[in-house]
Amino acid sequence: MLAKRLIPCLDVADGRVKKGVNFVNLTDVGDPVKIAAAYQQQGADELVFLDISATNEQRKTMTDIVEQVSAQVFMPLTIGGGISSVTDMQRLLKAGADKIAINSAAVADPTLIQAGAKKFGNQCIVVAIDTAFDEQAGQYRVYTHGGQQATSFEAIAWAQKAVSLGAGELLVTSMDRDGTKAGFDLRLYQQLGAAVNVPIIASGGAGNLADFTDVFQQSPVDGALAASVFHYGELTIGQVKQSLKAKGVVVR
Amino acid sequence: MFAIVDYDTGNTRNLQKAFNYLQVPTQLTADPDKLAAADAVILPGVGAFAAAMQALRTRDLVPVLQQLGQAGKPVLGICLGMQLLFESSTEYGEHAGLGLLSGQVTAIPANIGVKVPQMGWNENELQQSTSPFAGIDHEYTYFVHSYYAVSPASQVVASVQHGVQVPSIVQRQNVIGMQFHPEKSGQVGLAQLATFKEMVSANDFSSN
Repeated sequence: MLAKRLIPCLDVADGRVKKGVNFVNLTDVGDPVKIAAAYQQQGADELVFLDISATNEQRKTMTDIVEQVSAQVFMPLTIGGGISSVTDMQRLLKAGADKIAINSAAVADPTLIQAGAKKFGNQCIVVAIDTAFDEQAGQYRVYTHGGQQATSFEAIAWAQKAVSLGAGELLVTSMDRDGTKAGFDLRLYQQLGAAVNVPIIASGGAGNLADFTDVFQQSPVDGALAASVFHYGELTIGQVKQSLKAKGVVVR
Repeated sequence: MFAIVDYDTGNTRNLQKAFNYLQVPTQLTADPDKLAAADAVILPGVGAFAAAMQALRTRDLVPVLQQLGQAGKPVLGICLGMQLLFESSTEYGEHAGLGLLSGQVTAIPANIGVKVPQMGWNENELQQSTSPFAGIDHEYTYFVHSYYAVSPASQVVASVQHGVQVPSIVQRQNVIGMQFHPEKSGQVGLAQLATFKEMVSANDFSSN
């Protein structure tokens, strides 16, 4: 039986990890290789690197980071942020990435999903969706450009379309919960799980141990992504896994 | 020196990085003489079965790999590379494999309540207690695949459950396959590669 995955997400700009990661014994808190190695040590199941660089020029450094991390850290690596072509994907996959997450570019041109899946296989293509509940419309609305731009897309339908085009996994962030530590948006993941049959990674809202138990026991997600609770050492991967195991959730 | 078969497949570099990390020298090559001279041949692979066999055929590597495997050269197939070691696959039609292992590669059934592809960490169950790979029992390794090997039990060293019993390590004497990605399976994955290296150094494949 597949283990539920715990996935730290690292924001990277110009070759350095932003949002200070606060680990004991970590001498260089911005070094992606050292942070990745520390997370491997803790038992992380996968890492997501999100490139938040402002320019395409800065983004090129991501390739070097992937190259270096994959020489020292032996777990699946997903890279996202500013990827808008099959050429970008190929460059990162060649450097050692396992999966590519596309977000705004997929909304702008959904055939990018198809092109990537056809060339590299569905398992390589993660469609990342940022969404918030629109009370008036009574549905989840998709946002792009780091949550700055509302689109006309409804999240569940967009998820289904992305999967039909070849997305092998969905990384779905609840903007309503992101940064709140109020727990994952269970309703969102329940609706998504009923609509698609690819792995779903939940993101946004992780604050305490119970939040992880709830998202795995009350929604059909395969993984949970978090940043600050892990980075600031509020929870270790080990603690979360121990707690999940005690509640009967299968973890590695 | 281990030779990694160079035939334009996906995970070659990461595999090479894992061997580097273990301080095992590797060489990427499609040269039959270099493959023959190597201590072991590593067959990586990502993608579709038929395309991979075609890529091997284009480089005239099919008879080379078959002869090396039959002559006792240690061969390690990884992921799709493992599947290629079998007799055939039903992925998009019926295609012949290298035939160094008995059995057929077939789709994980989609209607049995599991997601396909199997993508993630799964727990290994040891099937042959005297194997040098015995340390993998109850350990998790990372899988990404939609097809799996239907293999005689005598070849199955370890397996995982994903709706069906999926062989995770297979062996027939000097021919070994890993369905998971050892280069993506943390310390456990590296340990399996180290075990293979020790088997090659000792030239001992008698456990199977």
